[in-house]
Amino acid sequence: MDPSTPVLFELGASHHTAPLAVREKIALDDARAADLAARLRSTAGIREFAMVNTCNRVELYGVAQDPAVIAAMRETFCAVTGCTLTELDSALTLRQNHDAIAHLFSVASGLDSQIVGETEILGQVKQAYDGALERKWTGPVLNRVFQKTFQAAKHIRTNTAIGAGQISIATVAVDLAGRIFGQLGDTKVLVVGAGEIGLKTVQAFQSRGAKSITVASRTLAKAEEAAAAAGGWAMSLAELPEAVAASDVIASSTSAPGFVLTRDLIAAAMRHRPARPLFLIDLALPRDVDPAAAQMSNVFLYNLDDLAKIAESNLAQREAEVAKCRAIVAERTAQLWPAVAHSLNHQG
Amino acid sequence: MLSFITDRSLLWVGALLYLAGFVTGLIGLTRRQFPGRLRKTLNTLLVIGWLCQWGGLYLRGMDVKGCPLGNTFEIVQFVAWSAMLLYFFVGTAFRVSLLGLFTAGYAGSLAVLSLLIKHWDLVRGQKLFGENPWIEAHAAIAVFSYGVFGLLALTSIMHLLQTWSLKHKKLDGIFWFLPSIVQLDQINFRLILLGVLLLTVSLGVGASWWVRDTNSVHLPKLIVTVGVWFCYLVVLLLRWRGRLVSVRFAWVCLIMFWLALLSLGPVNSNRHGYRPVTYLR
Repeated sequence: MDPSTPVLFELGASHHTAPLAVREKIALDDARAADLAARLRSTAGIREFAMVNTCNRVELYGVAQDPAVIAAMRETFCAVTGCTLTELDSALTLRQNHDAIAHLFSVASGLDSQIVGETEILGQVKQAYDGALERKWTGPVLNRVFQKTFQAAKHIRTNTAIGAGQISIATVAVDLAGRIFGQLGDTKVLVVGAGEIGLKTVQAFQSRGAKSITVASRTLAKAEEAAAAAGGWAMSLAELPEAVAASDVIASSTSAPGFVLTRDLIAAAMRHRPARPLFLIDLALPRDVDPAAAQMSNVFLYNLDDLAKIAESNLAQREAEVAKCRAIVAERTAQLWPAVAHSLNHQG
Repeated sequence: MLSFITDRSLLWVGALLYLAGFVTGLIGLTRRQFPGRLRKTLNTLLVIGWLCQWGGLYLRGMDVKGCPLGNTFEIVQFVAWSAMLLYFFVGTAFRVSLLGLFTAGYAGSLAVLSLLIKHWDLVRGQKLFGENPWIEAHAAIAVFSYGVFGLLALTSIMHLLQTWSLKHKKLDGIFWFLPSIVQLDQINFRLILLGVLLLTVSLGVGASWWVRDTNSVHLPKLIVTVGVWFCYLVVLLLRWRGRLVSVRFAWVCLIMFWLALLSLGPVNSNRHGYRPVTYLR
């Protein structure tokens, strides 16, 4: 391209290029983001821009009159964040034109995320673009690039298995519950033990629509505290037999040395509910649930090892999909680039 | 001009479209995904296949001037057609992933098998139902209920597969797309309820005519027909009372359907006013 032709660029840092300490320094809170935007708007050579600002990345997408303007922007970054040029130089990467588009596609599709295939990033990119559009920071080039980015991300998510399978213990457990109960709205969840992992599991169930939550603990006060945080009911372990019979999902994470949920207790509960499956999630070490319970009809038992293995397998499968996703990114970038180049030429 | 459009040619097209749908679904499985486009393709193939099969059965019905249930070929085609019709209701109402694939394979196999086994369609009875529309309705509803039980057998297989995968922690491949255990339980219960209701209505209609002429039905047919109905009724009642659930219920439904298929032999051997004619095509 002609050196005087405007350039589409991406300048930023992410977990790939910057350690946590540097990312903390360059993170843009609202005030800093406003300061950076004001400076960019007053920079003569910047025609369009949008900022993608998440906990793992700070990236600036824009259209600059020429490459020299982009070089000057490093100093603007320093001025806003208080970093030195040396600190920034090792963290910041600059991508231009075709490469900038391919990078944005990868970011929005979750290919560049710390947890490959995560979906949150697409929402964050959309939010970043909406904000820029509302404030009139974007123009014809970025509008087109971002719209195509959302299409590419949707295409990748629909046509590959990049987002398939959960990769944390709690979400794997919720996923399994979905395969047993379908919709989780009417599912009754019982958490035995008020530990952190149990409560995280509760949160994961709540995020998928579970409404009925009960927390059982050896000390009622602890159970009440945890139940209040989770918006559920509290009970003591003495009431466990009735609660087990009434529950669909039981996540147990006590520090008891023996089995809290014995085979006999579960068998007695199943006699009251033979047609309704029971999903037992044993998150404790040593285990809380008698492994013999897994032999019973309509009872599904998963322990920490089982959940971890599924999470690892899902992650491996996601990573195996990356090559296919990259090929789609390359294809879509090649399709979009001529139109963007044309637009940039006309701007020049 | 359109002489190539015969009942059998349409039935062939229908059967091949079902199998094409099955292959489409398998492709989705090998990719560990079932995108909307693939699902649409599968359902389009099944709908067109079903319409072709309907057209074939309609032409056959026009030809024989009655309900096309005159020989094993026609009965098997009708069972496959009924199962597909039910899938359109069940699959849409419950959004049951993978049921389309299973139904396509099942209906396609039945339809192709009946087309390949020539002697199933060599002869058929004439005026099988004594030109009595009630007896005709009795037969059609009974065969339709077999379609329901066929679909129940498929959802029972899915239930067994899902339970096995969850129990053995093998969650990939085909298991990825199976509906939830609770969803399959609900579908199974509704299907057995529907099947038993249909068979009860069919037997009720048949019985109201049988009492007027008790010699019109041979004893083996009577015993087998009532036996199949009674067994399904007992299974339904046990399921309703929570005495036969989960995997055992699924196994019983599978075995019952196999027995019901076997019962077609004795049922088919007894035809009212049976006058076989060669039906070469």
